[in-house]
Amino acid sequence: MKLDLMTSLYVFVLAGFIGFEVIRRVSPLLHTPLMSLTNALDAIAVVGAIIIVGREHEQGATLPKVLGTIAIIAATSNIVGGFLITDRMLRMFKASRPTKKT
Amino acid sequence: MTSTSDTLLQVTYLVATVLFVLSLKWLSSPTTARRGVFAGELGMLLAVAGTLLHRGIVDYRWIAIALVLGSIIGVPLGKVAMTKVPQRTALSHAFGALCVTLVGTSEFYLQTPNVPPFTMGVLSLEVILGSLTFTGSLMAAGKLQEILPQRPITYKGQNIVNLGLLAVAIIVAAMLVAHPERKELFPLIVAIPLVFGVMMIIPIGGADMPTVISLLNSYAGLSAAAMGFVVDSNLLIIAGALDGASGFILSVNMSKAMNRSFTNVLFGAFGQQQAAGVAGAQDTRTVRSATPEEAAGILEAASKVVIVPGYGMAVAQAQHKVRELYDALTKRGVDVKFGIHPVAGRMPGHMNVLLAEADIPYDKLLDMDEINGELPQTDVALVIGANDVTNPAAKTDSKSPIYGMPILDVDKARTAMVIKRSMAAGFAGIDNPLYYMDRTLMLFGDAKAVVGALVRSLSGGHE
Repeated sequence: MKLDLMTSLYVFVLAGFIGFEVIRRVSPLLHTPLMSLTNALDAIAVVGAIIIVGREHEQGATLPKVLGTIAIIAATSNIVGGFLITDRMLRMFKASRPTKKT
Repeated sequence: MTSTSDTLLQVTYLVATVLFVLSLKWLSSPTTARRGVFAGELGMLLAVAGTLLHRGIVDYRWIAIALVLGSIIGVPLGKVAMTKVPQRTALSHAFGALCVTLVGTSEFYLQTPNVPPFTMGVLSLEVILGSLTFTGSLMAAGKLQEILPQRPITYKGQNIVNLGLLAVAIIVAAMLVAHPERKELFPLIVAIPLVFGVMMIIPIGGADMPTVISLLNSYAGLSAAAMGFVVDSNLLIIAGALDGASGFILSVNMSKAMNRSFTNVLFGAFGQQQAAGVAGAQDTRTVRSATPEEAAGILEAASKVVIVPGYGMAVAQAQHKVRELYDALTKRGVDVKFGIHPVAGRMPGHMNVLLAEADIPYDKLLDMDEINGELPQTDVALVIGANDVTNPAAKTDSKSPIYGMPILDVDKARTAMVIKRSMAAGFAGIDNPLYYMDRTLMLFGDAKAVVGALVRSLSGGHE
């Protein structure tokens, strides 16, 4: 399924704008988790690597297969590690205990 | 191709995209942030599962092995200590870039000699950005982990060498766009940026790490977006654009917080400029120092205290002692807040994470603009392991290398206390007039030890 080039460019530019607007609102408090979360999301590149490794190749396509496999390992470690550490960090952020209304 | 299966996969990707955007949106506040992580995980799971079930995939063996191995590596990387988060982040940028570079390389060899010019162009961009981010991030991680020397290493003509390398890579890429059948050229657009990545980080000092990590973050995102164009995946284009935008915003924030431009961070080699500024000042100035007991007395009598942490607190692992100090003072009715400079530490938000780990409520952690309004009404500003971000010379001395950098106005507080190992100049080697002010008390010693002594004095004085 070939995407139209112009459409892809539109998608890129609009996603960039959404990114700016959404991320501008992230509190500086959470900039470290922001970086680890975007890093984990970025590892969606694993999808591209999976397709390269898994699809049918002609004879002699060992190189792409090997490179693709390493790529999957690298991306998966980012997905697993990235989500884990982001959640660990966010669990630590606690508000002051509200004073009891009695 | 069955169009139903294809459409179903595209819809799955669309749902994943929505979840990714929501994930970042929910990250805007600590109250909804964990929901954001969940949305991200769900989106990732859907996209990966959808891809695996796609009819085009015929061979699962290698994929399965790789997924398992990746998870085995990922789990410990998700469990590193909070003080090591900056180097972990740099390492994960390297992994992300590695993935993108390898996929780009595979795509080239699969598609050559019939690569359309546009595809070859973005593929080159993907591979160049990916390779330089890979080695650059590894270098940054090495410096942060202190495997590599942290001091900036500079030499004559460094910028010309670096720019020359990049220019050659771009020329080779242009040649490939014109002649995609010239396979022998391709290794060059991987190898040259790999070298460039190393050269780019060599002149960078520790204090510049927050900007550099953000910049590498942005490159990693952009290379992933470029990969999205190559493999025709809107999902990847969007995820890459979001990551690129995030890294870019953080880089701009960090540069602003240091009053420096991007180009200055990358090509300025900060460490070099300072020597001149320091040499001139002959020291006849006096410094007032105090014992922890005296300092504890002043803190006890205060009604409002602002603690300003810096990288020194992270190095000394003093965040838990700081928490004890926070408790001891709060219990006595002292209003304690934290003033966090955007570039305190080694990555954006570094101090917040360490203090949150030590169980300090996040509503007590205020950023520079918020806390500067309160500092003139503050009794004691306690600086722990921070230096340049409190240097009043940034406002008053136009010859100072950090002139114009926004600082935390601790000099406006009634008393400023600075915990510092010795009078030796800070990381960047810039003289700090704060230490010689009448209102400043120096507490000499290791951050953890001094804060510990303060806590003991506050809780009754006995050892």
